[in-house]
Amino acid sequence: MKKILLTILLFSFLLTACGAPASTEAQATPLPTDLPPTAFMPVAGDPRTLIVMVHDSFSASETIIQEFEKNNNVKISFLKSGDAGAALNKAILSKDAPLADVFYGVDNTFLSRALDSGIFVSYASPLINNIPEEYNLDLKNRAIPVDYADVCINYSKAFFSKNGLPVPASLDDLLKPEYKGMLVVENPATSSPGLAFLLATIQKYGDPGYLDFWKALKDNGVVVVDGWETAYYTNFSASSGNGPQPMVVSYSSSPAAEVFYSTVPMEDSPTGAINSPGTCLRQVEFVGILAGTKNRDLAEKFIDFMLDKPFQESMPLSMFVYPVNYQAALPEQFAKFSQPAVEPALVPDNIDTQRDAWIGAWTQTVLP
Amino acid sequence: MIIKGLRRLLPWLAPVAFLGLFFFYPLLRILSLGSNFSFTSSSPNIFFRIINVVGFTFYQAFLSTGLTLLLGLLLAYLFSHFDFPLKRLFQALTAIPFMLPTVVVAAGFTALLGPRGWLNLGLMSLLNLEQPPIIFVGTLWAILLAHVFYNSTIIIRIVGNAWASLDTRFTDAARSLGASPFRTFLNVTLPLLRPSIFAASLLVFLFDFTSYGVILLLGGSKFVTLEVEIFIQTMHMLNLPVASLLSVIQLLSTLIFSIIYSRYVLTVTNIGKPRVGWLNLRKPGNIKQRILVIGLLLCLVIIFALPILALPLRSISRFEAGRAEFIRVGPALTLDYYRELFINRQSSLFYVPPFLAARNSLFYAALTVFLSLLLGFPAASALARPGRLEKWIDPLLMLPLGASSVTLGLGYILTFNGFLNPERWQFLPSSFNLLTFPLLLPIAHTTIALPFVIRSLQAAMITIPNRYREAAAVLGASHWQTWKNIDWPIISRATISAGAFAFTISLGEFGAASLLARPDYPTLPTAIYRFLSQPGGMNYGQAMAMATMLMFICGVGILIIEQLRLPGTGEF
Repeated sequence: MKKILLTILLFSFLLTACGAPASTEAQATPLPTDLPPTAFMPVAGDPRTLIVMVHDSFSASETIIQEFEKNNNVKISFLKSGDAGAALNKAILSKDAPLADVFYGVDNTFLSRALDSGIFVSYASPLINNIPEEYNLDLKNRAIPVDYADVCINYSKAFFSKNGLPVPASLDDLLKPEYKGMLVVENPATSSPGLAFLLATIQKYGDPGYLDFWKALKDNGVVVVDGWETAYYTNFSASSGNGPQPMVVSYSSSPAAEVFYSTVPMEDSPTGAINSPGTCLRQVEFVGILAGTKNRDLAEKFIDFMLDKPFQESMPLSMFVYPVNYQAALPEQFAKFSQPAVEPALVPDNIDTQRDAWIGAWTQTVLP
Repeated sequence: MIIKGLRRLLPWLAPVAFLGLFFFYPLLRILSLGSNFSFTSSSPNIFFRIINVVGFTFYQAFLSTGLTLLLGLLLAYLFSHFDFPLKRLFQALTAIPFMLPTVVVAAGFTALLGPRGWLNLGLMSLLNLEQPPIIFVGTLWAILLAHVFYNSTIIIRIVGNAWASLDTRFTDAARSLGASPFRTFLNVTLPLLRPSIFAASLLVFLFDFTSYGVILLLGGSKFVTLEVEIFIQTMHMLNLPVASLLSVIQLLSTLIFSIIYSRYVLTVTNIGKPRVGWLNLRKPGNIKQRILVIGLLLCLVIIFALPILALPLRSISRFEAGRAEFIRVGPALTLDYYRELFINRQSSLFYVPPFLAARNSLFYAALTVFLSLLLGFPAASALARPGRLEKWIDPLLMLPLGASSVTLGLGYILTFNGFLNPERWQFLPSSFNLLTFPLLLPIAHTTIALPFVIRSLQAAMITIPNRYREAAAVLGASHWQTWKNIDWPIISRATISAGAFAFTISLGEFGAASLLARPDYPTLPTAIYRFLSQPGGMNYGQAMAMATMLMFICGVGILIIEQLRLPGTGEF
């Protein structure tokens, strides 16, 4: 009897869980059920669907997106596609039958690759006028800038004040003996902020001068880990991981995130960012309309929406990035605790051809 | 003749069609894309690098498999010979690591053995040291230990099942003829267990060979295996030709090992009468046995429970605002993280309600179990009576385990994007795309689970002596009756094990999930990763809380599966 009951339980569990796996948003495409085929034919007035391909770190406020959907009679479906590299790979591989209408998430280290593969079509949005020229890296408007973030070294305020140490003011300071073993960086081969920091050193010390810097840094006990999660949550001392290193390569907005996501209300962030000239790298993220889309008009409207004030102003607290639109105001909490970089380094032009060589040389120098 | 040939072909139709469509075809497509790798234009440096990487991959896989075998055999002996209170709980405990996402396991190991982990902090305060004495994370030992932690359950289950159903007459005869227990083990038990040991070891080896998360997170950047290099070349360098070359090397190695295995195992015939049910399990009798049992259980708890325990503990402790101190200032207990899981505080579009994620995960897991058992059974029964066809197909069956999930994921994109075009097939909604169809994920899980299931079932089916089937046929039983009354009782335990494997594989699988486009059908591992990719105490706590939920669900799921005594088992 018991056996029969348990078997029935298992199968009924299988059956009841059948149907559609539950979705987070009501607007997701439903699985085909036994409705007549005519139910799927578009009827005048029915909202169309716009698919936006994004990377995994994308986040947006529900209210703002819903307002766009209401105003334009459209349903937006976000297609999360892995990290920045994975998402771009997918977009390039599916060029002939694009998975989405809009692709957001190309950053300036991958920009030339994306443009060369021809996945985007050009769109000269009127709102581009509100974006400072320095972010508009594609003059043909195939990839349009949406936000930027600065990769900077974060430090633990408590550690430096307790030990009476001055916070390093430049990259050269990191080589001083009093900071031995205090910095954790990410491997540029496996981590985007790691690569960004490497590029910042290349911009400052030149090629091959940067290798001398890294050799000295290695002698001063720098710790290398694979990715941001490990560096921040395992090695960094001012995060919940409570690790041994008081300095980590992270983002200039991370201190604000620490306050925002803290478990107890905080008046000051436990971390700060080193943002003096030349110590940070500016990463810009772009959006573009995928070639082959059947919803060109809606895609254009969506890009205009992304560049407009409401969406731009919502980005700092959802993704912890800075808006490119200079008319957008920063939320107070964000502006108070995050410090944008002063004269950040920019991604070198020859990143595409040299990436492999730089990372290879770095690996030879730093990893024993 | 033709009909007989067709009948031999029949059990293979479904599994081969499934693997052919969902594994071989996408793989070939993506590899052909990278075939323009030109040997002349690449620097000689790259060949040195490749050789180094391949060498290290084999080295760590061999070492890990050896260590896993050692621990696994000890624990298999424990579980197959003794009965003790909470036995099922301990068995489920060894299976839980198998499905934990690597990020979470790395966090657990670091909490235990890292520079600020319990062990180091304890030793530092005990011996008054300045620097943490034990360096663990970032060494080869971390990789080896993590592999043992993950994969012991494979050995325990497969070899344990075989051991429990071994015919005791042989060992009894050996003992009564005067052989010591050690000699009996060496000369009688071990040869009888060889097929299952080989099968389990091959599976463990392939897992270690293609291991990615453990190498990256616990080994650090010094150690690079084939899989890590493929990831780097594909995802960060966007260099498909080199990645394809590495994938081919990986697959060829897998194929070679598979061929060696099948050459050996398929020629083993079995003698003896297998035991069925859960007979011959006794409580430890004398004091020596008690010590053994308790000692092994203690080992089990230390190796399996301690790293896992760090997660629930982290999920209920809140460190005070002075957490930037080196020494933790008395953590407070809190359920805040669990509460927070259910609130969408920033009304974010991508908020993942935990019950929803759990339900999706369980649904995919159930589907994977169903599909892999459905396809695995015919394949395993065909393999149990190998003919010429089986000799060819057998090595190919292990390939899904040896293929890089990155390569396969990209192959899926090439193949399934635009497959079943809605314009041609009118009944599909206009925005249908097979690639984003949510059921593609359990299908991907099944391609990984299938080799497991087939091997587990095959190892059990080999133990069925043909004499019984022949006797039944002579007595007039039909094929179905023979199967129901002879085969089924013997392999039922293996079926449950295989089902449990498929369940855990699907529940914790993250690689395929991250490569297939996921339109808002979140699963628990992806939700955990989301939390860990942003700074902030709340995010970290919620990640730990969700990981604890995942562990709990998996444990309960395994216990339920094991409770199932499917009809017909028991007395034989």
